[in-house]
Order: sequence, then C-alpha cells, then structure tokens
Amino acid sequence: MSTQLVSERTAVRRRSARARAVSALGPATMLAGVAWAFLQPYRLTLLHPHGQSFWWLVVEPPLLVLAVGLLFHFVVAPGVLEDLEE
Amino acid sequence: MQPPSEHVHWLFATGFLILGLCLLGEAIVGTEVWRRRAWRAYIWPGVLFGLGVFMWPVMTFFTNSTIHMLAHGSWAEVLMLAGATELALVRGKLVNPWWRLTTLAAFLGSGTALLVHEQNAWFFQRSSFLHHLMGWTLVIAAVVPLARCVRPRSVAIGSAFALTFVVISVMLYCDRDVAPVFGHLSPTVGAPHR
Repeated sequence: MSTQLVSERTAVRRRSARARAVSALGPATMLAGVAWAFLQPYRLTLLHPHGQSFWWLVVEPPLLVLAVGLLFHFVVAPGVLEDLEE
Repeated sequence: MQPPSEHVHWLFATGFLILGLCLLGEAIVGTEVWRRRAWRAYIWPGVLFGLGVFMWPVMTFFTNSTIHMLAHGSWAEVLMLAGATELALVRGKLVNPWWRLTTLAAFLGSGTALLVHEQNAWFFQRSSFLHHLMGWTLVIAAVVPLARCVRPRSVAIGSAFALTFVVISVMLYCDRDVAPVFGHLSPTVGAPHR
C-alpha cells in the first residue's frame, strides 16, 4: 500500500471523526435538556401554567437547553459538516 | 414586566451555552473550516459583544447597591471591549493575535465583578455559592485565553476555552433567587423558591 493512500485514509478517518463529534453536539445538548426536564419537571411551568406570570412561562431552563441543541443541530451543524466534506 | 433576577441568569446561561457549543464546534473542525462561512466567524465576537450590551440593562434595573452597579458596569465594559476587539480581528482591522488578551481581561474582569459584588459567604444560599464559584472559575480559567494567544491552533486549548463557557452556563442555570446549597440556607434569606 502506498504511503499516499495511507495518509489519505488517515485524513478521511480524522475528518469523519470530527464530523461525528460535531454531529453529536446538538443531540447531546438536546438529551441533556430532556434529561433535566425529567429530573426536575417542576421547572417546566408549561406543565402547570395556571397562575404563572409571563417570565415563568417564557423562560424555562430545560426547554432553553433543548432549543439551543435544536438550533445548533439544524442551523449551525449542517453547514459545518458540508464545509468539512469539501 | 421586569423579569426576576434568576430568569436573567438563565437567559445569560442560554447565551453562554450557544457560545460554548459554537466554540466547541470551531475547536473540533478548526478555525479555517469554521470561517468558510462569514456569518459563523462573527458568532463568537458578536455574541460576546451582545452579552456586554445586555449587561447594561442588568446594571440599570437590577442594581440594589453601589457595588452591584460598579460591578455590572465594569463587567459590561470589559465584555464589550473583548467583543469589539474580536470583531476587529475577524474583520481584519486588527491583525496582531495578542489583541486576544482583551478576552483574558474579560475573564478577569467578569470573575472579579462576580466575586466583588457577592457580599455574602459561600454557604449563605445557592446564588451566593454560585457567584463565588463562577468568579473563581473565571479567574482561574483566565489562563486559557492566554494560552490561546500563544497556541491559537491547539484543539485542546480551543476545547478548554469552549468548555469554560459550557461550565459557566451550567452554573448560571443552577442559579435561583432563594434556594439552599448542599442543605445550607441562611435563616435570614427568606422562603425558598421551588
């Protein structure tokens, strides 16, 4: 096997490892948000909205973590993976 | 219509988490790939500058003492300075990488502001504990932006830099206005929240 082929394969492997790592960031964050929601359901005021003020209904930490994961996965990651492939 | 201060902490935590994920993405793929799309290059300096801007209303509306006002004001200034410098570096207006030392100033300034404006002891209640913890975390982690100036392409340093923001965001999400920390709650604090 030529050294050029070996180095190309190494580069491809490194690139795919990086792609996997970037792809995992969003879902890992979403998973953290969902796990938090299950561990502390009382922090989700949407589950018991009566009598809650505006800010308690808008700012719900587990949902914010979930939203950040979704944002990264669907807005940021696809472009990064595309550029990594080039 | 003013949000409770714990909600402000959670909103800032969200900003820090976005920053942390983007910086981690940049550390993994490398700056060259990350900056192939111009908008991505501006996320880190833009959000940093924005956090500084949003610190001003925090200073104005959540000030209950002079030390709070001074701490939040100086905090806003160092964040905006670091953000503006990073914007100039991305734009090419500044070229010397040592300008990144303003981020070190932002870390030290933020850490000092957190430590100075928290007047209570560590175990007074949860927010006191977290302010001390975040303050010392930022002061100690200030070595990371310094290392980033020396070795800007290091994946390990880039990841450490990103993870600092993720850790800070976790601490900010843990913040509550009135809550115990490890079972400790001063009787002078008042009734704990949920």
